[in-house]
Amino acid sequence: MRKVIADHVVEDIHYPVEGNYIIRLKSHVNIPPVKPGNFAQLLINNSPDVFLRRPFSILNVDYKKRIISFYVKIIGKGTGQLGKYKKGDKVNAIYPLGNSFSIPGLGNKALLVGGGSGIAPFILLAKELRKNNIRTTFLLGGKSKKNILLTEEFEKYGEVLFTTEDGSLGEKGLITDHSIFQSAHFDFDKIYTCGPEPMMKTIGKIARQRSINCEVSLENKMACGFGACLCCVTETVEGNKRVCMEGPVFNVNFLKWQI
Amino acid sequence: MADMNVKIHNLEFKNPVTTASGTFGFGVEFEDFIDLNLLGGIFVKGLTLKNREGNPYPRMAETASGMLNVVGLQNKGVDYFIENIYPVIKNYDTHIIANINGSTIEEYIGVAEKLNDLEKIPAIELNISCPNVKQGGMLFGTSCRSAIAVTDAIRKVYKKTLIVKLSPNVTDIAEIAKAVEGAGADAVSLINTLLGMAVNAETRRPLLSTVTGGLSGPAVKPVALRMVWQVYNAIKIPVFGIGGIMNATDAIEFILAGATAVQIGTANFIDPQVSIKIINGIEEYMNHHNIKSVKDLIGALEI
Ligand SMILES: Cc1cc2nc3c(=O)[nH]c(=O)nc-3n(C[C@H](O)[C@H](O)[C@H](O)COP(=O)(O)OP(=O)(O)OC[C@H]3O[C@@H](n4cnc5c(N)ncnc54)[C@H](O)[C@@H]3O)c2cc1C
Ligand SMILES: Cc1cc2nc3c(=O)[nH]c(=O)nc-3n(C[C@H](O)[C@H](O)[C@H](O)COP(=O)(O)O)c2cc1C
Ligand code: FES
Repeated sequence: MRKVIADHVVEDIHYPVEGNYIIRLKSHVNIPPVKPGNFAQLLINNSPDVFLRRPFSILNVDYKKRIISFYVKIIGKGTGQLGKYKKGDKVNAIYPLGNSFSIPGLGNKALLVGGGSGIAPFILLAKELRKNNIRTTFLLGGKSKKNILLTEEFEKYGEVLFTTEDGSLGEKGLITDHSIFQSAHFDFDKIYTCGPEPMMKTIGKIARQRSINCEVSLENKMACGFGACLCCVTETVEGNKRVCMEGPVFNVNFLKWQI
Repeated sequence: MADMNVKIHNLEFKNPVTTASGTFGFGVEFEDFIDLNLLGGIFVKGLTLKNREGNPYPRMAETASGMLNVVGLQNKGVDYFIENIYPVIKNYDTHIIANINGSTIEEYIGVAEKLNDLEKIPAIELNISCPNVKQGGMLFGTSCRSAIAVTDAIRKVYKKTLIVKLSPNVTDIAEIAKAVEGAGADAVSLINTLLGMAVNAETRRPLLSTVTGGLSGPAVKPVALRMVWQVYNAIKIPVFGIGGIMNATDAIEFILAGATAVQIGTANFIDPQVSIKIINGIEEYMNHHNIKSVKDLIGALEI
C-alpha cells in the first residue's frame, strides 16, 4: 500500500450539528485505494499552536471525483481551526495510513458499535461487509438524537439501533447498556467498535465473555502517523506496538486491556 | 553547479543534509515519500544492547512550535538490528549511521563492538544526551568526567568515525565538547532535546507518562544555534547542527554558525519530504549567492 502526500482543496464543509462537521477534500492526483479503518494525517496550518498534523479516520472516498471526506468533532485548537476552513482552502494530507478492519467469512453476522466521532470508519467498513455478504447491524449512541449522525447512510447497509442518554432516540441510557447485549438472539460472529475508550473497553469485555471476535480502533496521540517516532504506542501481548502502523485496528485480545 | 560535498573526519557526504535519530525510523518508513539515496546520511533510531520497551503512553505532548517526547529508546536491540534491519537498509546509497545508547559504559561498548564490522555503517553516533531514560543516557553527557569516560571507552573499541551527541541540558556545552574531542571523538552533534514539561490544568496531571520529557522543534532552534556557534568556536572537529530545522534557511543558519552538516528531526513528522526540500533549497541559495562550495559557508558568520 503506497502512501501519498498531496495538497487538497476544500470542496465543502457542513455542520450537521454544532461542533461536528463533515469536510470533503478534493485531490488533484488519483486517490490510492483506501481500506476501512485507514486514516489520514491532515496538516491544518502548521502554526505555532497547531504544530503537528492531526489524524482522522477516512469517512468516505469518491475515487472518480477524487474526493475524500472526514467526520470531525471539535475538541480543541486543530479541529476548531479546520472547522473554519472555506471552499477552496488548501489542506495537505498524507494517506492511507494504518491497518484496516479484518472481514469475517462470507455470510457471517457483524455488529458495529460506535459513539461520537467513532462512527467515522463505519461507512467504508459497511461497504466492505456488504461486498462480502455479511449481515450488518449498527448500534449507535450519543447524548441526544441530534448528536447521532449519518443515520440514513447506515440504513443503506443494515439494521440500525440507537441509544441516547436522554432517550430522544432509541433506548435511553449508555450504548453499552442496550438490550441487544441481553438478547437471546445475540448471535454475532464479529463486533467492531470505535469511540471513547471506556465504551470500547466495555464492548470488548462483553465480546470476550461471549468469545466473539472483536476489533477496536484506537485514537492514541500521534506525532508522525507513519511509523517514524514511536510516540503512539499501545501495550500488546507482544510488547509496545505503534497504533499508526500495527494499528489503529487491534483485536481486543491482542491488547493488554484490564477488562 | 554548486558543490554540496562536505567531509566529516574521513567520510565524504554528498550533501550536508542528514536526518536525526529517532525522527526517521530506520529510513524505510520514508520510502513512499522520498528517494532516500538523495540524502547526505541517515541517523537511525537509537539502539541498545538488549530489547527495550521504552516508556509508557502518553509519550508525546505538543507545545508551542514544538513537541515533548518520552519515547525512551524503544528498540529491539542491536542484534535484531543487525539481523533484520541492516540487510534491508544497507543498499541505500547514503551513509547509514547508528545511534548507540546504554545505561552503563559496558552496554555502550557492547553495542559499538557489534557495529564495528558492518561494512555499510561507516560511523556511530554516541548518544550521551537522551533525557528520557532513568539510567545512563543524559547523565553521561552532563559532566566532563563521565563524557570523557564513555567516549574514551568507545574510542578504544570502535575503529570507524565516532560522532558524540551532546546534551543541551548543561551549563557550558563547549566544555563538554572540548572534553569529548580530547577523548578521541571525530565529530560532535548537537543538540539533543531540551528537558521540558507540560501540564493539563483541568486534570492537574502531567501530559507525559514520565512527567518530564525532551523538547524539540522550532521552539529550541535559537538555543541550538547558539550552542552550535559556541561549540564551533571551542573545538577543531566538525559539528552536526541539530534543533528545530524546518527549511533550507534554518539549515543555512546552522552552517553559517559553524555546522559542517545538519540533522533534520521533528520537521520530518510534519513534512516527510522536508529533507529533500532542504537539500534543494541549499543548492538554490548557493546558486543565487554565487557560492561554489557549501564548505565556504561553514562558520562564515560575519560579526
Ligand atoms: C487513528 C485516529 C483516527 C481518528 N479519527 C477521528 C475522526 O474520524 N474524527 C474525529 O473527530 N477525531 C478523530 N481522531 C481524534 C483526532 O485526531 C483528535 O480529536 C484531534 O487530533 C484533536 O486535535 P485538536 O487540535 O482539536 O485538539 P488539541 O487542542 O490538541 O487537544 C484538546 C484536548 O484533547 C486532548 N487530546 C487531543 N488529542 C487526543 C487524543 N488523540 N487522545 C486523547 N486526548 C487527546 C488534548 O490533550 C487536550 O486536552 C482520530 C485519532 C486517531 C489517532
Ligand atoms: C520522537 C523523538 C525521538 C528521538 N529519539 C532519539 C534517539 O533515539 N536518539 C537520539 O540521539 N536522539 C533522539 N531524538 C532527538 C533528535 O535526534 C534531535 O536531536 C532533537 O529532536 C532536536 O532536533 P529537532 O528539533 O530537529 O527535532 C529524538 C527526538 C524525537 C522528537
Ligand atoms: S505516530 Fe509516529 S510512530 Fe506512530
